[in-house]
Amino acid sequence: MPAPLLSLRGMTKSYGQVRANRGIDLDVAANSIHAILGENGAGKSTLMKLIYGVEEPDEGQVFWQGRPVRLTSPAEARRHGIGMVFQHFSLFETLTVVENISLIVPGAKADLARRIRALGQDFGLEVDPSAHVHSLSVGERQRVEIIRCLMTEPKLLILDEPTSVLPPQSVGLLFDTLRRLRDTGVSILFISHKLDEIQSICDRATVLRAGQVTGNVDPREHDAHELARMMIGRDMPPPLHADARTPGEKRLELAGLDHVEDDPFAVSLHGVSLTVHAGEIVGIAGISGNGQAELARLISGETRLSEGERDEVRMMDQGVAHLGPAERRALGFAFVPEDRLGRGAVPEMSLADNSLLTAHPLGLLRHGFIDRAKEADFTAACIKDFDVRTPGPEAEAGALSGGNLQKFIVGREILLKPKLLFVAQPTWGVDIGAATAIRQRLIAMRNDGVAVLVISEELEELFEICDRIQVLHKGHLSPSLDPRATKPEEIGRHMIGADIPLREAV
Amino acid sequence: MNGIEFILANMLAAATPFLLAALGELVVERSGVLNLGIEGIMALGAVIAFIIVYHGGGHAAAFLGAGLAGAGLSFLFGILALGFRANQVAIGLAIGILGQGLSALIGNSYEALTVTGLSKITLPGLSGLPVVGGLFTQDAVVWLSLIATLAVWAMFRFTRLGLVIRAVGENPKAAHAIGYPVIALRHAAILFGGAMAGLAGAYAATVYTPLWADGMIAGRGWIALALVVFGTWMTGRVFFGALLFGAVSLGGLAAQAQGVPLNSQLLSSLPYIVTIVVLGIISSNRRLLKINGVASLGEPYER
Amino acid sequence: MLRLPRLIRRDRASTRMAVLAPVLAVAAAVFVNLVLYLVMGKDPGAVFHAMLLEPFLSWASFSEVLLKTGPLLLIAEGLAIGFRAKVFNIGAEGQFILGAIFASAIPVWFPQATGGWIWPAMLILGAIGGALWAAIPAFWRVRLNANEILVTLMMSLIAAQVLNYLLLGPWKDPKGFNFPQSVMFQYDAMVPILIPGTRVNVSLLLALLSAVLAWAFMQKSFRGYQFLVGGLAPRAAAYAGFSEARAIWLSLLIGGFAAGLAGAAEVAGPIGQLQRSISTGYGYAAIIVAYLGGLHPIGIVASSLLMAVLYIGGDNAMVSADLPVAAVRVFQGSLLVFYLAATTFVRYRLDWGHGTRGAAR
Repeated sequence: MPAPLLSLRGMTKSYGQVRANRGIDLDVAANSIHAILGENGAGKSTLMKLIYGVEEPDEGQVFWQGRPVRLTSPAEARRHGIGMVFQHFSLFETLTVVENISLIVPGAKADLARRIRALGQDFGLEVDPSAHVHSLSVGERQRVEIIRCLMTEPKLLILDEPTSVLPPQSVGLLFDTLRRLRDTGVSILFISHKLDEIQSICDRATVLRAGQVTGNVDPREHDAHELARMMIGRDMPPPLHADARTPGEKRLELAGLDHVEDDPFAVSLHGVSLTVHAGEIVGIAGISGNGQAELARLISGETRLSEGERDEVRMMDQGVAHLGPAERRALGFAFVPEDRLGRGAVPEMSLADNSLLTAHPLGLLRHGFIDRAKEADFTAACIKDFDVRTPGPEAEAGALSGGNLQKFIVGREILLKPKLLFVAQPTWGVDIGAATAIRQRLIAMRNDGVAVLVISEELEELFEICDRIQVLHKGHLSPSLDPRATKPEEIGRHMIGADIPLREAV
Repeated sequence: MNGIEFILANMLAAATPFLLAALGELVVERSGVLNLGIEGIMALGAVIAFIIVYHGGGHAAAFLGAGLAGAGLSFLFGILALGFRANQVAIGLAIGILGQGLSALIGNSYEALTVTGLSKITLPGLSGLPVVGGLFTQDAVVWLSLIATLAVWAMFRFTRLGLVIRAVGENPKAAHAIGYPVIALRHAAILFGGAMAGLAGAYAATVYTPLWADGMIAGRGWIALALVVFGTWMTGRVFFGALLFGAVSLGGLAAQAQGVPLNSQLLSSLPYIVTIVVLGIISSNRRLLKINGVASLGEPYER
Repeated sequence: MLRLPRLIRRDRASTRMAVLAPVLAVAAAVFVNLVLYLVMGKDPGAVFHAMLLEPFLSWASFSEVLLKTGPLLLIAEGLAIGFRAKVFNIGAEGQFILGAIFASAIPVWFPQATGGWIWPAMLILGAIGGALWAAIPAFWRVRLNANEILVTLMMSLIAAQVLNYLLLGPWKDPKGFNFPQSVMFQYDAMVPILIPGTRVNVSLLLALLSAVLAWAFMQKSFRGYQFLVGGLAPRAAAYAGFSEARAIWLSLLIGGFAAGLAGAAEVAGPIGQLQRSISTGYGYAAIIVAYLGGLHPIGIVASSLLMAVLYIGGDNAMVSADLPVAAVRVFQGSLLVFYLAATTFVRYRLDWGHGTRGAAR
């Protein structure tokens, strides 16, 4: 048997107290598609950074085609024939596609542009070489990343959660591309937390849990239950179920909102209509980067419109588009933003001080001064009610894991007893246990008559908890769809803009 | 010589301290670092150059010494801003205060002394032209700084190094992820910026007004910082901004010489007032700043 | 191969290091500057004695330290409020000058006026003058998006010219032998002396009161908390609906108000007239004081006292050890440099561990 293309032995990496990778062994065969399966926080991305030379391991050995090597930098890794497509992309928005590519591929620009076009045609990855990256959609950016890797003629291509930026039907196309690549002699390391994807494309799977290898299997020979047990140590939690209910009065209404941002890199919104009633969960699906951030800021009040446009956003039957976040909150609005650190919470502040951020109207102040005792009580209650794993209210927000901080922020907003709760990306980067807990809470809120709006990239999540789903694509919001009567493929059609005029959809 | 001719003949020389310092800071900011210590670094370069010329070392050695001194002080800035991840605003202020203090200390016994400046080099033919002829009679440093402007412009426009600096300034994490040494590149940019500020100071103290006095930089380092914003981080615009300030600092003098009764304090304040007004006009165009700006400017980089 | 130690982020800020940082910075600055004096051919022992001990050795010189502490403390407390919100007002020098000018308007225009109202009116007018001067950069930042660092600095340079203009022109003392200074102020235009036999006046109490108010504002009030959030995480402040414009306006107005008050107290106190050298760089030194005090209102009380010692001690060293006065500025600058380096270890610790791994390969 020939030596594997890549072998890792005992790879270990710590960040401060966090041991992200512990003694990981891995063998990737030539001409194979190999999955790294694990939930958020299992250490997948760290392992890939070690392989690509972005980070150096504390301990461990790397063998490339049987010979020991040290991968001290990405350039070194590329020289051996390793390429990587990052989850959050390593592209530069103000540069053109060809400039981005020339940063790691030598050659004259005209020559590079020609090769970009040629590769694009060969593998179904067409992109305009002279376009600026900020003008590209998320899917196009992924194509640029993949092309950039292919131009270094790799023997091993690492893809970090590549399907998270694709609509369901494009996933198939990506898989076709990957199979074609494998057949031309490129091995692929495919990182995912989605069991079905791995079963459909991968020849081999290495499962990670809490920084350690818990399985090394052929994914086609194991069912989802077994894989899940390797991944999270138990069965997947059963899908939640929300019974149909009759919704109450309107709590949020946008009627054909158009908005162009000051920021030239932002997405403009076109005729967005959206209504959320008491006692229902409305989900906004779509790949992020299609106007989600801009829409969220308009609803939260971080983007304010003029007095004359006050009715562009209506909450609790009032025009609020001209009001700031604090004034909207006073009407019974609460919001969990998609980025936790630096927006939903101040990383350098204690959890107690982070409670104050939005919960100060709950009697945490006295004559404009902070009531430290009340602040501590509130924080302790939030930590207890929402099972936040932390040493206590004095712990700094930045020291919490993603899932625990998300539970804290969701908890803080729920304890405000809002009439309208808006949660953007409730489970981004959150482990499965915390994600399930958060979804259960959202359903409980809805059952208590709260109007809930959720933005999520995870279609399964929206199908699980939503009463209605609308899809955002290039700043257009689709009409509302009933998840109980709609197939994911139908949503997927909207994700690539099937319902808007063709000219704009491309 | 009438007012216009006077301004045209001297504008480039007046602009040179601004231009050299601003070109250096432009490269620093493009790489994502804000060095507010320019004023102090210029002062240190000025005093070092002055002392070398005063003791007969000549202008070449003076500029070399000033460049090295500027690079040295900015290296300290780099260590603190990149190595210690200190707040760049605070550390820039600290370096500025330190540089001004050092220049005053070193130049203590040279206060109010003078030296001889540099002779001018004329471009044959062109310098004989009416009105604009004066433009083509300049000292060597002016000619060299024009070449430096072209070089910086060409670097950003055509070279991979320029591309890499822009990439590092826009998104240091991504630049690191594809294998560029972010910290080393930023150190190099900071050294370049410090050396340029040192040269700018040297020009101010040994060529433009060949004398040493504590505080003689008189805010020119700060105006150079403002020039980078005026120029929205583009070399050509920074150049024209520097020319504008050269002209502004001469315009009052020219008017006074023509008999316009101008208050001398107003005259001294003119560059500062123009800075404030232009800064307001340019900055209010948020879209322009966003398009041309440097996304990671001033943020500590932590991998 | 030599490898540098790495900085590892701590799980939470180290209180111990926060307290230790200024102490370490002072020790390092003292050491480095004494070496510098040795290089300059001065006797470091004599300089050390003159600079850091003598100010404490007699009541006369210590009272001068207290006199200098007042304006430094007042200005630094005002600046620290803004710095915590990342509003960088570095133009306190100009606001100080405008305060002095506004306050001087009363005795210059009404040199014969008498009454106990005069000095309080001067202080109030001075504070308003400082705040008005700071209002311009506030407007420029909030409305025009212009960087307040550059605008406040430019405003300081302009303020110095305004002062020159007044002293050389309309406000020049006609009987002053053409010196650029105003008339000497009348008795009622002077802030009352606090400690008989010294020049320490009531404005020191105002400075201490400002420290108490700043403490209540920064450490206890919700508005102070909002400023801190705005400084640490501007997007979190926007998310919570804390107004950035209000933080900028208030920071600059408070900073200008305090600096203007200090300027007024200086002309209505130890100087007694408007002249060119009303400020010996207080506005810039206060930036160092604010940082060295950890941007904490109580820490600033200690750091302003230290900076005042440096001022008085520097004067002593100039006389007794022939040290150029610029040496004090070098000391100040190096102090801030060392302090900023030391504060890194509040959030980070050094990790030498990976160096051994590198060597083992």
